[in-house]
Amino acid sequence: MVTLMEKTATHLDVERIRADFPILKQKIHGHPLAYLDNAATTQKPLSVIERMTDFYMNEYATVRRGVYEMSARATIAYDEVREKVARFINAPSSSEIVFVRGTTEAINLVASGYGRPFVQAGDEVVISAIEHHANIVPWQQLCQEKGAVLKVIPVNDDGELDIEAYQALLTDKTRIVSVNHISNSLGTINPIKAMIDMAHQRGIPVLIDGAQSIQHMPIDVQALDCDFFAFSSHKIYGPTGIGVLYAKRQHLNAMVPYQTGGDMIESVTFEKTTFAKAPNKFEAGTPAIAEVIGLGAALDYINAVGYENIQPYEHHLLTYATQALLQIEGLRIIGNAREKASVISFVFDDIHPHDVGTLLDSRGIAVRAGHHCTQPVMERFHVPATTRASFSFYNTQQEIDALVDGLRMVTQVFR
Amino acid sequence: MADQNELYQQVILEHNKKPRNFSVLEEASHYALGKNPLCGDQFAVYLKLNEDNGTIEEIRFQGSGCAISKASASLMTVNLKGKSEEEARLMKDEFQKMVTGQLDPDTEPHHLGRLSIFQGVKQYPVRVKCASLAWHTLEAALNKEQEAVSTES
Repeated sequence: MVTLMEKTATHLDVERIRADFPILKQKIHGHPLAYLDNAATTQKPLSVIERMTDFYMNEYATVRRGVYEMSARATIAYDEVREKVARFINAPSSSEIVFVRGTTEAINLVASGYGRPFVQAGDEVVISAIEHHANIVPWQQLCQEKGAVLKVIPVNDDGELDIEAYQALLTDKTRIVSVNHISNSLGTINPIKAMIDMAHQRGIPVLIDGAQSIQHMPIDVQALDCDFFAFSSHKIYGPTGIGVLYAKRQHLNAMVPYQTGGDMIESVTFEKTTFAKAPNKFEAGTPAIAEVIGLGAALDYINAVGYENIQPYEHHLLTYATQALLQIEGLRIIGNAREKASVISFVFDDIHPHDVGTLLDSRGIAVRAGHHCTQPVMERFHVPATTRASFSFYNTQQEIDALVDGLRMVTQVFR
Repeated sequence: MADQNELYQQVILEHNKKPRNFSVLEEASHYALGKNPLCGDQFAVYLKLNEDNGTIEEIRFQGSGCAISKASASLMTVNLKGKSEEEARLMKDEFQKMVTGQLDPDTEPHHLGRLSIFQGVKQYPVRVKCASLAWHTLEAALNKEQEAVSTES
C-alpha cells in the first residue's frame, strides 16, 4: 500500500483543499465529519457560497427583461456563465447550452422535446441496465405514450455493460440511445466514446447522462461527439436547482418546447405564439439566476484545482479504499468494473445497509444506504440495497481509515 | 443521538438474528403486506383471531428488512399473542407515539411492556418508519385492507 501511495503522489494538497470547504470542519456526534456521500451531492467551497451571497447582496436583479442598469449587469453575469459552461465542456457555442433544474429535468426535456416528435409507435429507445431512475422513467413514459419499445443493454456480473449485446440492440428502429457516463450505484465508467460511434454508424443520436462524471473527469462534447450531455450543478460543487443540457444545434432547432410561458417566446397573441430560438426556447420563466452565478463559481473552482490533480488523487482514494474494504470479513463489493470512478457500493450478507448507515453515522461518517434510485441494478445483483461510499478530492485517507474502523465496529455489533 | 447502543440493544440484535414467529400462517383469518418503498423493506403479517372472543390466537410474519424493522416485527408478534383486537390497536397507537417521542414509557402509563426497548428510536427520525412498519401492517391486516400498506402514503 505504501508503494501505491508513492506511485499516485499528486500535487493536490488535500488540507488546503479542505480549508476551502467550511462544512467539513464540523463534528457529528462528537466525531469529525467524514462526508462520503459525494455521489449524492457535493459540498460547496467558500468561493461558491461567497459569490452567491455577494450576488444577492450587491448585484441581484432579473435577467433578459429589465432596461435598468442592475438588470443589464445581472444579464451579463448570467450570460457569462453560459459561455463558461460551453468552454468547460468544449461546446461549439453557448447557444447549445440550456439551463435546466438538473440532470433529471435535462433528460425529461429531451424525452419530451425530442422524443415526442421523433419517436413513434414501433420505434425503439435504448438505455442500459445500470441507469438511474431519472434515465429510465422518462423514456418508459415516452414509450408507453407512443407505443414504442424500451430496450435495455445488459450488464455483466462485474457491472460492465455488454457492448456486443449493445451493438445487436441498435437497429433501424432505434431512435435514440440514452446512457450514463458513470453509474451512480456501481461506479462503472462506461465506454461512451465507442458507444456513441456505434450508434452514429446507424445515424442514431446519443444522450449522455453526465451526472456522475463531470465532477471526476474533463468532458469534451465535441471529442465525444455526443448529441446531448446532461449534468447537475450540485454534484460538481455548485448550488442545487440548476443544471445543464448541452445539445447539438440541429437537435435544439428540431425539438419542441417542454414548458411554455414567459421568456421563451418571440411573440404572443391570443391566436398564435412564435417561440424564441434555442436556448431560450427551452427556458420558460424567470431562471435560477443566483444558482447560475454559483455554478459559474463552481466551474472556476474546479478549473483552479485542475482535473489533472483531481483524477489521480481520486483514483488513489478508490484504490486505497477498495483494498482496505476487502479486508473486512463478510464485506462484498457490488460493481467491480475495470474502469471505475471513486464510488464503492458494498453489502454484508446478514447486515442491512440501513443499520450500517446508522451505526457509521454514530461515528460521524456519512454514507448512503439504499437502492440509490437504481432498483433494477439492485434486482440484477440480487441485493435489496447497498451501502455506498463515494469520494471527492476533499476526502482523505484518514477518512477511509475511519470508515474501515467503523465497519469493523458494525460487524462487532452484529456478530 | 449519543450512543448507538440505545438503538441497537441486545434484545433487538437477538430478535434480528433469530426472529420469532417468522413463517407463513396458512390458516390466517387476517393478512396484510407492508412496504417501505424508500428502502425496500417488506413484511407480511398473518393473524388468526379466535372466532368466539376475537383474541389473537396466532400471529406470524415474513419478509426482509433492516435489524430495526425485523426485530420490531418479531417482538410485536411475541407481545400480541393472546391480546384482544382492541388491545392490539391500542398498543399500535402507543408504540407509534413512543417512537415519535409523544409518549415516554418511563414516566407515562402504557401497555407496551418490553416493547419499550424501542424508545431509543425516537432519537433517529429516519428510522421511525423501520420500527413502525410491522405495526402499520398489523393495523392494515386488522382492517382487512386489500392494497399493500406503504410507509409513504
